[in-house]
Amino acid sequence: MAITMDQPKVANRLPLSVFLMGGTQLLNRHYIKGCFYLLVQILLVLFAADLLSALKGFITLGDTAQHRVGFKIIHGDHSIHMLVEGVLAIFLTVAFLFAYLLNIKDAVTITPSTISLKQQLRAFYDEHFALIMLTPAGIAALAFIILPILITVLVSLTNYAAPAHIPPKNLVDWVGFRNFLSLFELKIWSSTLLGVGSWTVIWAVCSTIFTFGFGFVLALALSNRDIAGKKVWRVIFMLPYAIPAFVSLLIFRLLLNGIGPINSIINSFGIESIPFLSDPVLAKVTVIVIGVWTGAPYFMLLIAGALTNIPKELYEASEVDGASRFQQFREITLPMILHQVAPSLVMTFAFNFNNFGAVYLLTEGGPINPEYRFAGHTDILITWIYKLTLDFQQYNVAAVVSIIIFLFLSLIAIWQFRRMNSFKTDVSMR
Amino acid sequence: MNKLMHKAGVFAVYLLLIFNAVVVLGPIAWTVMASFKPGVNLFSSSFTDFSFTLDHYRALFTDTPYLQWYANTFVLAFSNMAISIIVVTMTAFIFSRYRFKGKRNVMMGILVIQMFPAFLSITAIYVLLSKLNLIDTFAGLLFVYVTGSLPFMTWLVKGYFDAIPTSLDEAAKIDGAGHLTIFFEIILPLAKPILVFVGLTSFTAPWMDFILPTLILRSEEKMTLAVGIFQWIASNSAENYTLFSAGALLVAIPITLLFVATQKHITVGLVSGAVKE
Repeated sequence: MAITMDQPKVANRLPLSVFLMGGTQLLNRHYIKGCFYLLVQILLVLFAADLLSALKGFITLGDTAQHRVGFKIIHGDHSIHMLVEGVLAIFLTVAFLFAYLLNIKDAVTITPSTISLKQQLRAFYDEHFALIMLTPAGIAALAFIILPILITVLVSLTNYAAPAHIPPKNLVDWVGFRNFLSLFELKIWSSTLLGVGSWTVIWAVCSTIFTFGFGFVLALALSNRDIAGKKVWRVIFMLPYAIPAFVSLLIFRLLLNGIGPINSIINSFGIESIPFLSDPVLAKVTVIVIGVWTGAPYFMLLIAGALTNIPKELYEASEVDGASRFQQFREITLPMILHQVAPSLVMTFAFNFNNFGAVYLLTEGGPINPEYRFAGHTDILITWIYKLTLDFQQYNVAAVVSIIIFLFLSLIAIWQFRRMNSFKTDVSMR
Repeated sequence: MNKLMHKAGVFAVYLLLIFNAVVVLGPIAWTVMASFKPGVNLFSSSFTDFSFTLDHYRALFTDTPYLQWYANTFVLAFSNMAISIIVVTMTAFIFSRYRFKGKRNVMMGILVIQMFPAFLSITAIYVLLSKLNLIDTFAGLLFVYVTGSLPFMTWLVKGYFDAIPTSLDEAAKIDGAGHLTIFFEIILPLAKPILVFVGLTSFTAPWMDFILPTLILRSEEKMTLAVGIFQWIASNSAENYTLFSAGALLVAIPITLLFVATQKHITVGLVSGAVKE
């Protein structure tokens, strides 16, 4: 009784939590909350100096480059590490401010707890089960997905590129949107971006449509009532899906080689070798055809599953109406399948858009295109990024290209989400 | 007349099936033959030459770190599978069964993020891993694998969980079951097909991935199969080509058997991921 009499006074005054995070909560015996906030504040005090210097480093990106005094190398600032530390510091500062405000908001409305610590733990677990269980996935996603994307965006605003700005030897500076401008305005960059970008779209569209089409044909063939040995056919046809893609792509690379077995068969007929992988146009066709080889079974399996979802009554009813098989296909099968498979068509498009292996393992982006900067004829955006990053250390331009991909695919994802939602209301309105 | 048309139709379907079987099996047959063929010149031999040797397989085990790579890849694959199943099912369970602030926005964010491969921000990931001293460690690679597949898998599994009637967990709740009891004893047993799918996909990912291990694992003894085998091909030396054919087969066979054995579950996984949302 005595405790509850005291409390209103505390709450009306400026709560203790303004100065000591978690203080009011602890006074009111909310041990879990109190300790958590207190811990946040202790951590802040311990690391405040590091936090400040990281924030400062984020702005300057370092001011002493690595240099020599006599024969000794004096280590300078590592700009990129400073950038990353800076982003982390900003994250933590925002998180701290958020925690601080929550702590005060909570302190103002708090009522004393009357239950024991054990009961509090129990109640905390029950109420915040979702939050607790999401924490590991949330932290992982924050650290390895969100944070890297943020850093990529920031790198695109620097001059982090070979030869003059590679830490730890040199410093890196903020340059604003200069990389974006030069990528779009400098002829050699913009023509590469345009060429590689349009081929990426063509590749993604073609490989998606053809794998879908071919997978559809196979699924239909396997659903035909008059075909014997369906299980065997099915297992054979799913092999390209089951064999690791990098193995089959490398096999094709050997098979289609200029002096490879396919060409030696062709030669034995007295025909000259076909440059499957070294002619600019043929190489593109080859990449798409092999893409279909590896991708069609996915759609075959998917559509075979979707076909069983179509109610048999539809076919029976249309037979009574005298519909031909082709009419049944056009009016029932095709729309029903398209409707079911549409989301995965979009996903496959996005997957192929960034299908590094399908291009790199087969052609390594080649043949070389002298009109492109650091790219070949079959390079798609992601293999171009790979070369920009690993072979030529043009990190800033690679970051800009990554951002272009992010934006493009985000638009598609959002469009897809909207479409799905409208579909949902569609159904519920019926 | 009609009967004749019908027969012609069936014949055409068989033609298609046979054509496709040849296209699928041809390259595989060539690789199998090449791996048993004496000599190092893969290209001179034709499809009709039937001499036989196990030299390439012997070389694989005695002269190259192939077994080491195999072990590395297996460890990575198994850990990736175990961790992914735990994290993905739990996260999907929360998204399927609990309400919380901003859930719709998070779901939308997941849908957008699952389209980006981790490689797009690889420079940043590399710096982060080196700050955490995780470069050239399996742990670093695993972090990237698990988080990279998390958004898509969560989306997929949530779709599957949504289809399990909530009346089941409500009944259990009335009987006094806690959160974890509902998860382990009601949801998971009903979700076996999708669990197999998640397990299979996350188990096979490290066997197929080439970019991330190239970047993150630096030392020779930590290489994975995909990286090692690609180096044989990229070296452009005939001797390595025959090693490749033998090495590639030994990778492909177990993975292929896994897929064939679990094909029913794969269809379930594919359809639930694609058809529901």
